[in-house]
Amino acid sequence: MKELLVEKSYSSVYDKLKRNSLKQANNIRKINWGDFIYEKLTLFFAIIVFLLVVVMGYEMYVNSKLSIDKFGWKFLSEKTWDPVTEIYGALPSIVGTLVSSFLALLIAFPLSIGVAIYLSELAPSWLEKPLSFLVELLAGIPSIVYGLWGIFVLVPWLRTEVQPFLYEHLGFLPFFRGPMYGFSILAASLILSVMVLPIISSISRDIMRSVPSVQKEAALALGATKWEATKIVLANSKTGILGATMLGLGRAIGETMAVTMVIGNRPIISLSLFDPGYTMASIIANEFTEATSELYISALIELALILFIITIVINAAARFLVWSLERKWKKI
Amino acid sequence: MIEQDLISKVVSLEDYSQKKFDTIIKVENLFAYFGELKALDNISLSIPKNSVTAIIGPSGCGKSTFLRCLNKMHQEIGGTTEGKIYYNGIDIENIDPVILRRNIGMVFQKPNPFPTMSIINNVVAGLKYNGVRDKKLLNEIAEICLKKVGLWEEVKDNLNRSGASLSGGQQQRLCIARTLTVNPEVILMDEPTSALDPIATTKIEDLIYELKKDYTIIIVTHNMQQAARVSDYTAFFYMGRLIEFSDTKKIFTNPSNKQTEEYISGRFG
Amino acid sequence: MEENIKKYKRKLIFRKLKSFFIMNLSFISALIAIVPLAFIFYYTVSKGISHLNIDFFIAMPKPVGESGGGMANAIVGTLILVGLGGLIGLPIGIMAGIYLAEFGNNKFAFLLRFMTDVLSGVPSIVVGVVAYTLVVIPMKHFSALAGGVALAILMIPTVTRTTEEMIRLVPHSYREAGLGLGIPKWKTSFFIVLRTAWKGIATGILLALSRAAGETAPLLFTALGNRFWSTDIFQPIASLTVYIYDYARAPFEDWNQQAWTAALVLILFISLFSIAFRIITKSKYKTNQ
Repeated sequence: MKELLVEKSYSSVYDKLKRNSLKQANNIRKINWGDFIYEKLTLFFAIIVFLLVVVMGYEMYVNSKLSIDKFGWKFLSEKTWDPVTEIYGALPSIVGTLVSSFLALLIAFPLSIGVAIYLSELAPSWLEKPLSFLVELLAGIPSIVYGLWGIFVLVPWLRTEVQPFLYEHLGFLPFFRGPMYGFSILAASLILSVMVLPIISSISRDIMRSVPSVQKEAALALGATKWEATKIVLANSKTGILGATMLGLGRAIGETMAVTMVIGNRPIISLSLFDPGYTMASIIANEFTEATSELYISALIELALILFIITIVINAAARFLVWSLERKWKKI
Repeated sequence: MIEQDLISKVVSLEDYSQKKFDTIIKVENLFAYFGELKALDNISLSIPKNSVTAIIGPSGCGKSTFLRCLNKMHQEIGGTTEGKIYYNGIDIENIDPVILRRNIGMVFQKPNPFPTMSIINNVVAGLKYNGVRDKKLLNEIAEICLKKVGLWEEVKDNLNRSGASLSGGQQQRLCIARTLTVNPEVILMDEPTSALDPIATTKIEDLIYELKKDYTIIIVTHNMQQAARVSDYTAFFYMGRLIEFSDTKKIFTNPSNKQTEEYISGRFG
Repeated sequence: MEENIKKYKRKLIFRKLKSFFIMNLSFISALIAIVPLAFIFYYTVSKGISHLNIDFFIAMPKPVGESGGGMANAIVGTLILVGLGGLIGLPIGIMAGIYLAEFGNNKFAFLLRFMTDVLSGVPSIVVGVVAYTLVVIPMKHFSALAGGVALAILMIPTVTRTTEEMIRLVPHSYREAGLGLGIPKWKTSFFIVLRTAWKGIATGILLALSRAAGETAPLLFTALGNRFWSTDIFQPIASLTVYIYDYARAPFEDWNQQAWTAALVLILFISLFSIAFRIITKSKYKTNQ
């Protein structure tokens, strides 16, 4: 049969395949060009991705130089944001960003942990899959759709139902006072909490699932209740859940459209959650195309730079937490 | 004490085989490492042409590693080697691994047909990705090779179905056919039947017997009956060392080493 | 003794109640979590369906005051923007992912993985600003190209990481089979391993593309928007999302309605995308893993 193969004019094929293969020794090529090009080509693209982050920071720095030179560090502490007098300060938007994001976490965190516990520990498998899918679907809805829903459903509801209710019962607190427009920090926080919930809960769920079940089973075997056993899992995934929460925070801080559409867009600092506010992202979204002077644009780009730095720090820290935990489990 | 014994009893085949044979692969003082871990310790042997050589030994004795050194597969998973291996008298150091592997084919433990390819494309993959484009030629070669492994009748009507749709034994024969298409001189088989049922195993063993006429086969197996059934020569490895290499008949009836005897008779391993 | 047992029993009941209570709480939070989803779907469908007709897809927007009209230009615009983004972003993302999977055992690769993770957390509005400085400033006007660049940057991290992960999921035995046949390393990687991983990678690409289709913030001052028909990538171009933004804030009832319809179309479009991709990439042969 082998003779047949060679005989039937296939020899040319095999000659080609094994060309000069064994006739002479030392036929090894110093460099295998195909492999070499493949590696270098993919490396080239990898370097592009790597440089992207650097280029982003650099571009924003260069293009906000005007504002950086003019305002210096005062940019961060200045309360006025006034295009007419050309005085730009980031403080109101930074405060607005932080307040709305932290409030969103305050609402979303306990819910997310509840969801994560349910999905990883309790849900029967026939329910777990569709439920996980729905939660992930929540993460897939474009933020503009959240914003649209916010404008036409959430904001009117807040104005007519929630804000009067809060004012009536909790009006003695400084947080629930002032005119009730609906467009407010409160609205932004609520919508953000819906948006970060799927992020925190799905990552937390994955982390809780990856906790080795030995301890939990041991606890259950010793007569612990389900909640007591779950507490052990929670204790073991603390770091990871913290990381997940920080990822959620990063998302909330950078979220633009939904917030811009419901926050009311006024650069003021107020204790009341009923008052409108501004976030860094929404200021950029709202005013960038209208910015006429170079200083104005430069100040907006500087805001973007600050936002960039904040989110990078938060994300880096969060990834680090999640990673370190993953590595810990891998070792076990 | 035992270690000493092991080394001194390494026996070369020529001493025992009456037959004269042509050497196709010659291994001299081969060491293989995974990082710090030594997997092979000073192996020297010669593989006779057009024969079946079985490599037996307990798990972790380095038999698979040895096989993978022969076609430079060991280096692909980050291993290193020392010593010399000659293929037809040429130091394989000097042969491009790609060329070497076209001459020394390999069949793996678990049948691994490419899951995204049809049966026919699986068979001719080795030719196709090496630049043979002639469709008619590819089909002809595929037919010859599938006939050789006795799979042609079973699959000729379903050549476009996924390779993964076949049974385990059929998949393994498909993999052998795939190896044959590049027309190697040597075929390395790494426990080719360990994932298969007895009937499929028998078919593969028959096939090995058939292929012996045209190819040199080196088969790693942990099944001693299999080694006895299919091989002409047998090498016994233990803890990274070659303990005994001899005619299969001799190894199984009258081993010269105590350890070989204990392993063969099932006292350890 | 009797006393102790009683005490213990009471405690046990308390513990069990507590467990029952908290566990139910977690179930309730799961319910609460999906309420907004139901609400959003309900409103989008019920409010959007009234204007959903053939005109919406083939007609141009009407001036203020005239009812009817559609968003043909925005639909085409979104397609062009996503296409441009994919054209720029996918090759970079896929190649970088291949690098990480095949040659990614060094310090640079470790750093790169970290960078892609960080990049995926950069807000889309910031990416829009960067695309503005990179493309709009040198060109001196807004353009679809600038929008495409922004979307590309947003896609890259997802595509890179999915590609890497999917390639790593391919069992080592296929790579060995390829190499064992004397197929060169790069061909084994590209034609055998990558092809086996392709289904998963395509899903990642789909995810990235559909996310890009839903992006608004990075388009606001790159692609800008356009009331008229345009397919010129060097000119401003309309997109569904920017239309929703503009129409939602406009004081005209009819426009608000159209914004809902656009949102519905966007969601349908994104789901359609996903189904189409699944059909296209559904390989003829099933993986046996």
